[in-house]
Amino acid sequence: MNPQTGQLLRNTLTLIVVVLVAWQALYWVVGDVALRSPLQTLAFAAKFTSTPQFAAHLAETSKAFGLALLLAVVIGLSIGFTLGASRFLSDVFEPMLVALYSIPKITLYPILLLAFGLGMSSKVAFGTIHGVIPIALFTITAVRNVKRVYIKTGHVMGLTPLDMIARIIVPAALPEIFAGLRIGFSLTLIGTLLGEMFASQRGLGFLLMSAIGLHNVDLIMTLTLLLTVFAGTASVVLLALNQRLYARS
Amino acid sequence: MNVTQTAQTLLSNQVSLRKVDKVFSPPGKPADAVHALGPIDLELHHGEFFAVVGPSGCGKSTLLELIAGLSTATSGEVAFEGKPIEGRIPDGVGVVFQEDASFPWLTVSDNIAFGLRRMKLPPGEKARRIEKALAMMGLVPFANSYPAQLSGGMRQRVCIARTLVTEPRLILLDEPFGALDQQTRLLMGDEVLNLWRKTGATVFLITHALDEAAMLADRIGVMSARPGRLIDIVETGWSRDRDSRIVQEEQFGAITARLWRSLRQESMKAIGKIEAAT
Ligand SMILES: Nc1ncnc2c1ncn2[C@@H]1O[C@H](COP(=O)(O)OP(=O)(O)OP(=O)(O)O)[C@@H](O)[C@H]1O
Ligand SMILES: [Mg+2]
Repeated sequence: MNPQTGQLLRNTLTLIVVVLVAWQALYWVVGDVALRSPLQTLAFAAKFTSTPQFAAHLAETSKAFGLALLLAVVIGLSIGFTLGASRFLSDVFEPMLVALYSIPKITLYPILLLAFGLGMSSKVAFGTIHGVIPIALFTITAVRNVKRVYIKTGHVMGLTPLDMIARIIVPAALPEIFAGLRIGFSLTLIGTLLGEMFASQRGLGFLLMSAIGLHNVDLIMTLTLLLTVFAGTASVVLLALNQRLYARS
Repeated sequence: MNVTQTAQTLLSNQVSLRKVDKVFSPPGKPADAVHALGPIDLELHHGEFFAVVGPSGCGKSTLLELIAGLSTATSGEVAFEGKPIEGRIPDGVGVVFQEDASFPWLTVSDNIAFGLRRMKLPPGEKARRIEKALAMMGLVPFANSYPAQLSGGMRQRVCIARTLVTEPRLILLDEPFGALDQQTRLLMGDEVLNLWRKTGATVFLITHALDEAAMLADRIGVMSARPGRLIDIVETGWSRDRDSRIVQEEQFGAITARLWRSLRQESMKAIGKIEAAT
């Protein structure tokens, strides 16, 4: 293990302990009406996650998130490489992407609902539009920042255009592209869950929304815990990989 | 290669430039055109060590890229071994650039192996050439390190080794030691002389250090301020087995002095231009 990964692990453990302590303390102050203690939540979560009902909702969310992420990555990288390679195209389209990035996606939701209807496709679309822009923007910058001298070296060595992309541009741009993928991952997850919360009859987002409606504190706490653990784990793993990539350059 | 071709290659110069000009004109803005180079006439002989000195921004790198086939001349003709280059990268030419071009995502030995990508060699021969290049550049202990773990000078050696494995007949070096301290530069100079002797290749070295040029080259081309033209060509007359100790010789001082005499005026022009522009 390299020292950076060790430090990341230490920071993560510290964060977990701090959150648990704060949670327990908050529970003592607020009481049973609005909160459950960490132990109670864990006990409920253990019971709830073994029900078939949970498995069905989890499968639904996994499918929506998987599809949304796949689309966001494929479309984001395609846009990124195309615009990054062409000064002209990026001059024209990059400002539009930045503008699109800064508007709250929720305002687009009614339009998406009209276009895709209730259910899987609008969830996927909502997840994708959250993730695709940061991936594209990071990729554009990454490709554009590839040192010119690497390209010249490739020319002198007689690389074909395909080899130039696969052997030089991609590896040179990878650390920065990966940073975009990391952000794209979390935003796609947020987008997918938001989609489920507002226009779906299935999935963890829907489950969370109905738990809020029924004031089912156990379920709210459990779902929040599960989602936090999942997003947190993924984020730490991706960050560790990213640091490995940067360490070399 | 048949006998007549061989004879022709031996007789003709390895590189020849005829009335070469390079103008950079940004698309749609003819007013911003920069006349970077020329007109230049230059002949490089087989196996010689040719150095170029000139004030900064005078078009040295531009000249190198024309010979390497990385860019095309605006007018005039560049030929390598009798064939016009016209923006096609010729086989048998190796380039070491001014900036660090070692690939950070590959180990030192993978960087060097990258040089062999376009050659179809049996694996044994590849391994042998990589070993040889590692040894020649003193990189054996670092074969499995990444460039980020090496000093700037070491990384530049990786780039030289990556070029050497292709066994080029012409090696173009663009200020390869520009970022190094004086002592290291003298020693690297010795190494370049060594590999020039061992490989038998023609070496074209760009440098801004007059003493480096005086110590290493058979002939030194002196360039004017932009647009770069050759204003003097100095023959040093060193023997082929020279090394950095020739800096003590009287002739060395005389050559450096002559280079400076030719360059002083041009360097002042270059500085004057910088001041006028800012
Ligand atoms: N792609 C380009 N487009 C426009 N102008 C250029 C381009 N490349 C070089 N130039 C200009 O041409 C001139 C010569 O550049 P070049 O890099 O060949 O100089 P140089 O002698 O190598 O300088 P240095 O000693 O700083 O390395 C400079 O004025 C530079 O600004
Ligand atoms: Mg230069």
